[in-house]
Amino acid sequence: MKTLPLLAGLALGTAAAADTPVLTVYTYDSFVTEWGPGPAVEAAFEATCACDLQFVGAGDGAALLGRIRLEGARSEADVVLGLDTNLTAAAAETGLFAPHGVTADYDLPIAFEDPLFVPFDWGYFAFVGNVDGPAPESFEALAASEARVVIQDPRSSTPGLGLLLWVDSVFGEDAAAVWEGLEDNIVTVTRGWSEAYGLFLEGEADLVLSYTTSPAYHLIAEDDASKRALPFAEGHYMQVEVAGKLAGSDVPALADEFLAFMVSEAFQSVIPTTNWMYPAVTPEAGLPDGFETLVTPETALLLPAGEAPAAREAALETWLEALSR
Amino acid sequence: MARGAFAVSPVRALAGGAASAFLLALTLGTLGAVAWRAEGLAGLGASDWAAIRFTLGQALVSAALSVLLAVPVARALARRRFPWRSLVVALLGAPFILPVIVAVFGLLAVFGRAGLLNQAGAALGLPELAIYGPQGVILAHVFFNMPLATRFLLQGWLAIPAEQFRLAASLGFTPGATARHLEWPMLRAVVPGAFLAIFLICLTSFAVALAVGGGPRATTIELRIYELFRFDFALGDAALLGLVQVAVCAVAALVAGLVTVPKVAMAGMDGVAARWDARGAWLRAQDVVVIGLACAFLLVPLGIVALRGAPFVAALPASVWQAAGASLVVALASMLLALVLSLSLALWVARGGRAARIGGDVISGLALTASPLVMGTGLFILLFGWTSPQALALPVTAVINAAITVPFTLRVLAPAVAEIEEAYGKLAASLGMTGWTFLRRVILPRLRRPLGFSAGLAAALSMGDLGVIALFSAPETETLPLAMYRLMAAYRTDLAAGAGLVLVTLSFGLFYAFDRGGRADADA
Repeated sequence: MKTLPLLAGLALGTAAAADTPVLTVYTYDSFVTEWGPGPAVEAAFEATCACDLQFVGAGDGAALLGRIRLEGARSEADVVLGLDTNLTAAAAETGLFAPHGVTADYDLPIAFEDPLFVPFDWGYFAFVGNVDGPAPESFEALAASEARVVIQDPRSSTPGLGLLLWVDSVFGEDAAAVWEGLEDNIVTVTRGWSEAYGLFLEGEADLVLSYTTSPAYHLIAEDDASKRALPFAEGHYMQVEVAGKLAGSDVPALADEFLAFMVSEAFQSVIPTTNWMYPAVTPEAGLPDGFETLVTPETALLLPAGEAPAAREAALETWLEALSR
Repeated sequence: MARGAFAVSPVRALAGGAASAFLLALTLGTLGAVAWRAEGLAGLGASDWAAIRFTLGQALVSAALSVLLAVPVARALARRRFPWRSLVVALLGAPFILPVIVAVFGLLAVFGRAGLLNQAGAALGLPELAIYGPQGVILAHVFFNMPLATRFLLQGWLAIPAEQFRLAASLGFTPGATARHLEWPMLRAVVPGAFLAIFLICLTSFAVALAVGGGPRATTIELRIYELFRFDFALGDAALLGLVQVAVCAVAALVAGLVTVPKVAMAGMDGVAARWDARGAWLRAQDVVVIGLACAFLLVPLGIVALRGAPFVAALPASVWQAAGASLVVALASMLLALVLSLSLALWVARGGRAARIGGDVISGLALTASPLVMGTGLFILLFGWTSPQALALPVTAVINAAITVPFTLRVLAPAVAEIEEAYGKLAASLGMTGWTFLRRVILPRLRRPLGFSAGLAAALSMGDLGVIALFSAPETETLPLAMYRLMAAYRTDLAAGAGLVLVTLSFGLFYAFDRGGRADADA
């Protein structure tokens, strides 16, 4: 049903291609939905670029990298948007990405510099719970409490991996003991963020691993102030989401233009209330009302991109062993 | 044997061979493509072996429990007539065709920490019932598959000619003797196949293990494959585990084929069996309790899903309805393909004896055990060379969904076709009625009930399956399950519940329409 118009569209597309260059951006699914940043970003960029911006949703961040690896140098993608710093080392290793040359005055809690990838938003991982629920404020307090939490599997989910590296970067050698302490608090381990957050909302757990910005969604979009993120004394692990240009792009100048646009006002101002993350460059008007209520951790934790893969491997082994007993 | 008198006709061999080749290409071919892209296979590590052990263990227990529990339910349904019976029978099919994520939320609403049972238990001061862990995986698998087993067994019961029960009654058979002489031989023929099908389903299901498994102890082979693809991009290891699944499937199909005793077919008048053996008050009470319990176990979670989603259906955005339309088209296309494939295989297998039957089981089982991830990735690798995979998102989804439903439709169609062949084949051959005429005049009319059931099953399964669409999809080619996942990923849990209800209603509507169509004349 959809194929015919699509094929027709492809044919028309080629006819019109002479004057309208197409920029293909691979990204994760939730970016392109009608609630995500995709539609607003597309309209804003197309207003200035004299081009056709096409977003292609390909699962989540990790699936995105897999897709690029599968397609290799023949990929139609010009830009990949939505990898995080746990994936960029592997992405760089493929040799498929080209240097970007974008500079901006980033509002990140850490210094960020990467020749291949440009950050577009970031957030802190945190345990989110109900205002009237249990509120441990450290891993130790959480392990000692009766609070029931649902987390994501680090082997299939980026927040799950974030928690793994969070515990690893705080406790190092002692991570195994921490996981053993948390074992009786963990209700279950889900495949992805959506399932875990759903279980939490249905009352199956007191806490869920998510982001410090999650309560902002409930507050701003649903006018519901009943959710809060718990500030942890040990500090919070960060996620920095980035985009990169593919070396094989057939419109490299346009790809550069898009990356520069990505850190500009038009793109960045859309991020907070569509992606529910912090923009990499704070918009002139500041953050939307409601964001000031969010927890801001004093210590931001993030492993350098180059160390993430090795740390992941070791931490995963510890995690599996501790939770398989 | 008399079978030699009507050898497999060239047309049948061609159709059956083509269907087999198609399924083999989809399963082993895609596996080969992944292995080729990986430039060889790697070895199995300790965590792979742990995953293999867990997967086999839970699949065995889940399948055994599902079939065991299905026997009394199917038996009760087979020998009772009551108002709404056909609706109950149809509803029993519902859990199996539910999208996993919808069903898991329904189950948790009953068995979860905040579920009905624990709320009732807490009011009575009982300790909390823990669902998360291996017991949760098995509970969910039984929830999904017990109804399917019930339907397989019910088909078996209904296929016992009414005349046999009449004869048994006139010979003064006790219920025990009826069970021994009529029902036990039927079970010997049907149970191994049903067990095999469910075992294979539980082998590859991984969304269940990841939602209620409780942690890394519940790591299945499919989850290992997922992990290898995603984080390690270790195509070789993934292909090797895909091969392990295929090997397990082949062995299981072989064993099931060897222990199955082919049923001795006796042609009856296709009537509804009156059951003189089941008129005792005790048996009647027993059946009422069994049917009541099964309905409660299966329908309460469904009811909760419906209540949860109902307020939000009206608020669903247009994109979700568009996705629903796309899903309907995919479901119907994939149903047609599944019927053509499984009917071709069934006609071929019916004349080939035991070896062909086991061959059919292995080939169709492959489609079920082949990891959807491996299949999708393999197809992606194969298609990427010459076309844009996104343009083929919906057709590819329809084809793969058809392939994974063939094991079920074949399981329903093959015995029915074989029975018709046994009963009418020689007569037809002696009348010189062959080929197309035989198919149209003899086989298809008698195949209405299993064909309707198969069509409903295939359409509904395809409707609810997330399948490979996520790997291929572009934003404008969404299916309903994908749209639902995307709603959840955007914090829209309420809308996702609404979409879930639409999905359940459409899946079930398709199933009911086809299944009912097939049974139009047979049920009171």
